[in-house]
Amino acid sequence: MEKQFTIKNPQGIHARPAGAIMKKASEFANAQISLEFNGRKVSAKSITGVLTLGMKAGDSVTVITEGEQAAEALEAVGSIIESVLD
Amino acid sequence: MQLKGIAAASGYAIGPAFIMQEQTTVVERKQIAAADVDAEATRLQQAVNQAMAELEQIKEDTAAKLGEHHAEIFATHILVLQDEEFIGQAIEKVRSEAVNAEFALQEVTQQLIDIFTSMDNEYMRERASDFRDVSQRVLSVLTGKRNASLSDFHEAVVLFAHDLTPSDTATLDRSKVAGFATNIGGRTSHSAIMARSMEIPAVVGLQSATETVKDGDMIILDGAKGIILVNPDAETLSTYEQMKAKFEKRQEEMKLYKEKPSITADGHEVELVANIGNPQDALGARNNGAEGVGLFRTEFLYMGRDSFPTEEEQYHSYSTVVETLGADKPVVIRTLDIGGDKELPYLELPKEMNPFLGYRAIRICLDRKDLFKTQLRAILRASAHGNIKLMYPMISTLAELRAANEILKETQAELDAEGIAYNKNMEVGMMIEVPAAAIIADQLAKEVDFFSIGTNDLVQYTMAADRMNEKVSHLTQPFNPAVLRLIRMVIDAAHKEGKWAGMCGEMAGNLTAIPVLLGLGLDEFSMSASSVLPARVLINRLNRDELKQLAEEALMMEHEEDIQRLVHERVPAVQELML
Repeated sequence: MEKQFTIKNPQGIHARPAGAIMKKASEFANAQISLEFNGRKVSAKSITGVLTLGMKAGDSVTVITEGEQAAEALEAVGSIIESVLD
Repeated sequence: MQLKGIAAASGYAIGPAFIMQEQTTVVERKQIAAADVDAEATRLQQAVNQAMAELEQIKEDTAAKLGEHHAEIFATHILVLQDEEFIGQAIEKVRSEAVNAEFALQEVTQQLIDIFTSMDNEYMRERASDFRDVSQRVLSVLTGKRNASLSDFHEAVVLFAHDLTPSDTATLDRSKVAGFATNIGGRTSHSAIMARSMEIPAVVGLQSATETVKDGDMIILDGAKGIILVNPDAETLSTYEQMKAKFEKRQEEMKLYKEKPSITADGHEVELVANIGNPQDALGARNNGAEGVGLFRTEFLYMGRDSFPTEEEQYHSYSTVVETLGADKPVVIRTLDIGGDKELPYLELPKEMNPFLGYRAIRICLDRKDLFKTQLRAILRASAHGNIKLMYPMISTLAELRAANEILKETQAELDAEGIAYNKNMEVGMMIEVPAAAIIADQLAKEVDFFSIGTNDLVQYTMAADRMNEKVSHLTQPFNPAVLRLIRMVIDAAHKEGKWAGMCGEMAGNLTAIPVLLGLGLDEFSMSASSVLPARVLINRLNRDELKQLAEEALMMEHEEDIQRLVHERVPAVQELML
């Protein structure tokens, strides 16, 4: 499954939001969750991977999920991406 | 000698220089015997474990000293050290290439740093320092070379370093470090952000300060201007000693006012809000104690691109500000104010002889209903989430106001038909920048919910003096009685109709102007975020009834210098708060 989400955090996905995305993704142990942005695809369960995408406010990122609870994972990770954590 | 850098945290630090020598652990590649590869991988993992334990301690100390918010960065650093794609890769490298742990870690770190430093956004580029920081910590465990401790100092020094990592900054002992200066970094580096929270004056981006400055040099660090004075003369030193004392007293006082209402000593409450130019600024507004946003300039959405922003993009930007500040906080969104000195290449407007008197702002929007409606739809949709108010710029006539309101009504009807939610009671106001509008404010007031006086343009139009032209800059006089009388007309006209009047020009944050404006009855003051707290401290010391008298006298004076002098004589607090 895949869906696009828009970054709303004014500072972009810096360390704290990236950590939150990674923690949420890791709750879905049996799902593969990736983020695709600007032609690069990384695991949402890696804070390093998420950070290296360099996503800014207003950017759209595609979340791709497979495996158990793919639909729940998609929405859960997406809502963290769209939330504003500073 | 003077060095110029980037102002990172305001305040003044005076003391001897201490140069923190960079711990450039030179790591050499060493081949590991096949039999020892497992042991080497374990050595790396153990160093990582120890680094995590240290970070855990720093995290707890920081939470206790600076609050949970600042400790979170270290929680993130711990997550980074647990990450398969970082440490996992370094361990993998030890095994696959049979190399030493230090080299493997350095290689993997460098690859990540390269990714960050190639990004086009300064904020993201700074993230390289997070990885440098954690990697350096693990390396120092591996090599046994630890940083010299700052606790060896006996007096407060001005610390110079190539760079300070977040953990360096968080563990700085405030009694030993009066301020710090770094060769690299920007305003959004973690160390700069932390310096502002810890209230350690800091200048960053000084390039080669660690080479120019010698240990023990007498240093004045001016964190407001972003400069370093090396071995200043006695007179300069004494001037800065006084500025430092004044600044610190003011800081102490301002801290008490961050959460307080903006209320005069005799109980008259006004609203202090911030001017912002993009959604990111909303954080700064909140952190500086602003009660909301009195002017959200929307031009940023349209500039630096080659086509109009979509409704969706605009909706996200407006909603972000509401989310950042909270749904109850007022956010006044000004519709597109393009033209004048702000050009949009893709709008393809012909060059004009007098752009400030030409085709700009609402004059364009009333012609280009398509782009105006897109913006109105986005603002209306965002109004469903918070306390958004809509404001038209550059209205000169009643007919223009009515035409704009007509398009707003059409847009609302469209949203109703589509079943899209918006705040039906959203306040709609206009800026008063054109003298014609100020003069007919009594008529306009009947058809708006509020006025916001844009003094920068109102002054230049009233005085007929281009504010960019140095030859006539002496006529840019916000305190001129002509301008003050117009301001009074606008405020009185609003109040007569039970509406409120605000101001969103530079004058609203001017400490000398505030007593006069309060005396004239201004209800809302919108200014740059950093002016909010000084303004609030001042307002809390003032007495509204006395200011009414002061304003009356000011309006009868002949010259703007006389008015400024009058304010300084009657209200000594103004000069005490000026830096």
